[in-house]
Formats: sequence, C-alpha cells, structure tokens
Amino acid sequence: MTVMEQRGAYRPTPPPAWQPRMDPAPLLPDARPYRVLGTDAAAEADPALLRRLYAELVRGRRYNAQATALTKQGRLAVYPSSTGQEACEVAAALVLEERDWLFPSYRDTLAAVARGLDPVQALTLLRGDWHTGYDPHEHRVAPLCTPLATQLPHAVGLAHAARLKGDDVVALALVGDGGTSEGDFHEALNFAAVWQAPVVFLVQNNGFAISVPLEKQTAAPSLAHKAVGYGMPGRLVDGNDAVAVHQVLGEAVAHARAGGGPTLIEAVTYRIDAHTNADDATRYRGADEVETWRAHDPIALLEHELTERGLLDESGIQAARDAAETMAADLRERMNQDPSLDPMDLFAHVYAEPTPQLREQEALLRAELAAEQEGAHR
Amino acid sequence: MTTVALKPATMAQALTRALRDAMAADPTVHVMGEDVGTLGGVFRVTDGLAKEFGEDRVTDTPLAEAGILGTAVGMAMYGLRPVVEMQFDAFAYPAFEQLISHVARMRNRTRGTMPLPITVRVPYGGGIGGVEHHSDSSEAYYMATPGLHVVTPATVADAYGLLRAAIASDDPVVFLEPKRLYWSKDSWNPEEPQTVEPIGRAVVRRTGRSATLITYGPSVPVCLEAAEAATAEGWDLEVVDLRSLVPFDDETVAASVRRTGRAVVVHESGGYGGPGGEIAARVTERCFHHLEAPVLRVAGFDIPYPPPMLERHHLPGVDRILDAVGRLQWEAES
Ligand SMILES: Cc1ncc(C[n+]2csc(CCOP(=O)(O)OP(=O)(O)O)c2C)c(N)n1
Repeated sequence: MTVMEQRGAYRPTPPPAWQPRMDPAPLLPDARPYRVLGTDAAAEADPALLRRLYAELVRGRRYNAQATALTKQGRLAVYPSSTGQEACEVAAALVLEERDWLFPSYRDTLAAVARGLDPVQALTLLRGDWHTGYDPHEHRVAPLCTPLATQLPHAVGLAHAARLKGDDVVALALVGDGGTSEGDFHEALNFAAVWQAPVVFLVQNNGFAISVPLEKQTAAPSLAHKAVGYGMPGRLVDGNDAVAVHQVLGEAVAHARAGGGPTLIEAVTYRIDAHTNADDATRYRGADEVETWRAHDPIALLEHELTERGLLDESGIQAARDAAETMAADLRERMNQDPSLDPMDLFAHVYAEPTPQLREQEALLRAELAAEQEGAHR
Repeated sequence: MTTVALKPATMAQALTRALRDAMAADPTVHVMGEDVGTLGGVFRVTDGLAKEFGEDRVTDTPLAEAGILGTAVGMAMYGLRPVVEMQFDAFAYPAFEQLISHVARMRNRTRGTMPLPITVRVPYGGGIGGVEHHSDSSEAYYMATPGLHVVTPATVADAYGLLRAAIASDDPVVFLEPKRLYWSKDSWNPEEPQTVEPIGRAVVRRTGRSATLITYGPSVPVCLEAAEAATAEGWDLEVVDLRSLVPFDDETVAASVRRTGRAVVVHESGGYGGPGGEIAARVTERCFHHLEAPVLRVAGFDIPYPPPMLERHHLPGVDRILDAVGRLQWEAES
C-alpha cells in the first residue's frame, strides 16, 4: 500500500484566491521625462522661483568651474564636477524645508552649498584637510558619502526616526545611476516602502558610472521603474529642467510629509565634465554626445524662459554672473590660504574618550613633532 | 646563455602583463569588475585586455561589489577562473559577505569537492593623497579569515610572478596591490617575465647582521631606505619582504631573526589587532632564546585612515623605524 492509499484518496482543493496586493499602474513612471520649460506649463511657473533657481544655477556653474580650477593648482585633491547637473543639485537644496535633511553623495557638494553650507567647509573632504568639514546638524546635511549608495539606508533610518518622534521631517537622498546597482540601494528602498518612511530618493542619471554607460548598468526600462517592485511611485523627470525637477521633488516631498511614503525619482541628465579631474573621458565617450547635451544646458533652458517672459534682461544676467564671480573670488581666496592643521587632531575624535593605546600613540606623535620643531629651530 | 633585455617597467605594467599572459595561457581566466573593460580600470591595470580578449572575458560589471564577487563564485563553480577587481580597498567591504561566508569556506564546507579558484585584486594602502575611503589597509580582515590566501607584492617582478601564481592557485587569493607602488619603476624583462616560487615564500631583500625588519607591500621600500640610513649609526639591518601573509613563511622569518637576534615588524595598517601582533608572536614563539630584545612593531596609528594632509604623520616612515631600531638596544629592567 502506498502512503497515499493509506491516507485515503487525495482530493485536490483549489488554491486560496490570489489577489495582487496593489494595482501597479499608479506607481509606474511616465514613459517620457517630465518637462516644464519649453512647454505651455512653463507660463504658470512662479517668477520668483524662476529667478531664484536661475541665480543658484549660475552660481553653481561658477562654483564647479572654480573648484575644478583649484584642482589644477593643487588646492583640491580631487573634484567631481556636477557641471550640467546643476538643476538637480539646486532643486534638491531648494525644495527642502529647514528641518528636512539632505543625504548627498560625493558628487553633490553643490547641493550642500545651495542649502547654505560654507563653500570652503563643503570642500574639506576633497581638499584633504578633514573628512567632513561641517557639522551635519547645522544645515541638516549628512556627510558627503563616498562609498556608493551607503547613505541611502541612513536617510531611511533618519526619516523613520523622525516620524516615530512625531516630527514632520523629510529626508532627501541623492544617488547616481551606478549607485542603483548596489545592494544598499535595494535594501534602502525596500525598508523605506515597508516602513512608509518619509524619504525621497533622487537618482541623478548622468549617463555614466565612471566609464560604464547606463545600458551596462541596468536592463530596467528606466531607473524610475525600479520603484514599482518595492511598492512606491516612480517618477521620471528632465534633470536639466530646473523647474520640472523642483516641481517633481516638491510633490514627492509633500507626499512624504503628508504620510504618503517614499518616492523614487530619476532625473535624466548628463555629466558634461569627466568623472573627476583625474579621469580621461575620451576613453569611453565621443565628443558628439557631449555636444548634444551641451545644447540642452540647464542654464540656457531657464535663461530662455526668463527672457521670453520678460523676467530677465542683459543686466539681470550680468547681475547673476557678478554675484557668482564674487562667490568664486571669495572661494579662491580662502582656498588659497594654507589650512592650519593640528596633527594632534588625528586622535581627537576616534572615541569620545581616547583609549590608553591612543594616548600612547598621541604621546609618540607629540614627541616626534617636538623633535621636528627643534630640528627646524636648530 | 640567453641574454635578458631589462627595461624599466612599472608595477602596474607588470600586473597588466600577468593578466594578459594568464588569459592567453588559460581560456577559463576571466577578468571582471567596475571599469575594467573600456577604461582599463581606474589604475589602468586591465588596459587593453578587453580589446584583446573581448567583453565576455573582460567584463565591465554593474556597480555592485557583492554582486561581482557573488557571481564570480558561481562562475568558479562552473569551471572558470575569475579574476575580480575591487576598485579601492574600502569599496571591497560590500563584498565581505560573499568573501567570508562563501569564497573562503567553499572548499571546506563541500569537503573538498568545490574549490574556488578566484583571485580578488584589491588596490590598498595610503600615501597617494586619496580622500576618505581610498587608503585603507584591510589586510588584517583578510588574514583573520581562514580559507583565503593573502599576498602582496613589493617589486615589479613580484607583482608579475605573484599574480600569475595567484591566478593559477586552486584556492581563493586576496591579491593586495600597494597602490602607491603602482608607478614605482624597476628594470625588468617584459618579454620573458619570471614567475615566483609558489605562494607562501618570503624573501630577504637585504641581508644584515644586527636586526631584522619584517615587512611587506608598501612598507618594503620604506624599510630598505631605513636600512640604508641606519648604516650611519652602525646598524646593519636585514629586510625580509613577506610577500605572502597567508600562508606565512615562518622558516625564512625565523631563520633571519635567529641570525640577527632582533626584529621589528613594520606595516601601515593599525597596530592594535593588526598583522604585526601575529607576526611578533610567531617570531617570539620560534626564536625566544635567540632574541636580545622584544620584537617591536612600527605600525599606523589605531585611527580611521586620516585625510591626505595628515597622512604623513600616520604612515610609518624612516624616522619611526629608526627610533624602533634604537630601542632594540634593550636592556632588561632590573
Ligand atoms: C562601494 C563603492 N564602489 C566603488 C566606488 C568607486 N566609484 C566612485 S564613483 C563611481 C561611479 C559612480 O557612478 P554613479 O553612481 O553613476 O555616480 P556619478 O559619479 O555618475 O555621479 C565609482 C565606481 C565607490 N565610491 N563606492
């Protein structure tokens, strides 16, 4: 007798009714990136916002150029320029309330500066005099994050904690297209959706992760489509259209603040400069491609809208440039001063209380420095 | 006798040559990682390989270290020999789960039936002015994981020979590339490069009578410089380049220390819980009756790797080594 026969005839029952947990359609991004500039919708954009965005874009472009120049003078160890991506950087900073938090990647110095950080303090990581030159609490900007995508779970945790405390704080986390391949990206999005955390993920898809183009990074229809699998809305936006980015980010932030949970936004943009000043972009892309994108420049786009509507004239353009020049001159001057560094700071912040071993090493270094001094005076 | 044409070559060039020769000799060797294809790697170590061997064998992967090493495990299970590049020391950390839970112990957990011949290349160490997360010395983590070989070259010739040996190994090898030596030059024969002894042999780089400096990777040239400087003070130092941290060449090291009676271990990763502690203990166990002084360590401080402007204070330099050598004139406290 078989086991079946012993137990009696097996009567199959139909499986329990299966329902999809939600309709994926509302989560799906539009097929084409959302645009405002150059469309009829542009007429409705608030003039004050347009002017503010414009001034910040011009300043940001100048900042990128100045910082890149500082690498040539050896004043910065390295600079990953965000030229071409200023609309994303600036909108990311301007869309947040003071109490909100920004979680930048190593390329997003500009977003941090647009949020109010001292331009010199924002550069200490890249200058090499300290890892994070600012107090993250002061402007609610997390340390610029070098290991890719690792800041994303932090943003989720902070947003979650704020909600547990009853604060209506939103976290905005920035990541590159390459960073979306890391496991941390997946884990962060999953946690955010399960916890309905008030966090917004902005992917700046600038076409490349160092030399690797998007088609080698992902086979997804778009990066925004990834949202659907986690159960959060995905949005695609033209990353060079500052007004569109500001609007889409603004809606996502408002949605998160109102308890609606996270959103994944992909801003389609382009990295005009090389990955960093140390990279040779001619090895992996042609000049034609760069020129096509130059013609879709975020500053030119906005400038066109403002002048068309009579909100900006030559003198206005000049004023924005002058303001940017003043910022650049100040940055240049302060960056050209040698930073005064105390080597003893090496031991200052490893633990709240240094270990006995660190105290020994501190004493060793102090003695070495004293001997160096003596040698110099002799 | 064959005439050997020596030419100046960099360590990076020797590594490229080793990859190329290994790929040409064995069709199962595959190179994979971030930017290793078109770009040739951020340090250009894989330069030209994608052109020569095609994208199936030299693959630009998505940006995901755990994925890179995890898929390499599967590829090795199916008979390939993956050579994986981790772009920088600190960016290998996402792959630790795969390395520690699978790569290191697959042979053991399958009772020898599934060895994994994977080479993990990791540029490591400081001294190049890199910003945060670009200068870690992570060798202690790898050394502490049974099942991995851990090797690190200090010369152009060793870079070639050790990498060939690593790729040929039937066990996983963590191949640590001292990035500040990538551009160091040496006279070398690129046409007929020599392989080295099997992994696990240390080499005496400089003979001496009064003490042994035990070191590896980026600290080898520093120790050689210190040994030169020490002659002015009457010290005749021997310098042992370990080349392989796992397995460890107790024989060469102990023989040297027995000859000299004194030893200093030098490395740039932190001293506490660092490689030097293990090495000093082994030397003491084997050479106790020959030692005229305790085995000393000169290491990096026990701090997160500092910003570039302060790294010179952190890295063990000639002076700190000479200070330690001075302390070897140790007299027992009464
Ligand atoms: C975990 C990790 N792996 C590798 C790197 C090295 N790395 C720095 S930037 C970069 C490319 C990042 O591309 P993407 O995410 O698209 O951002 P983008 O640079 O384009 O802004 C890589 C591979 C890193 N910083 N972190």
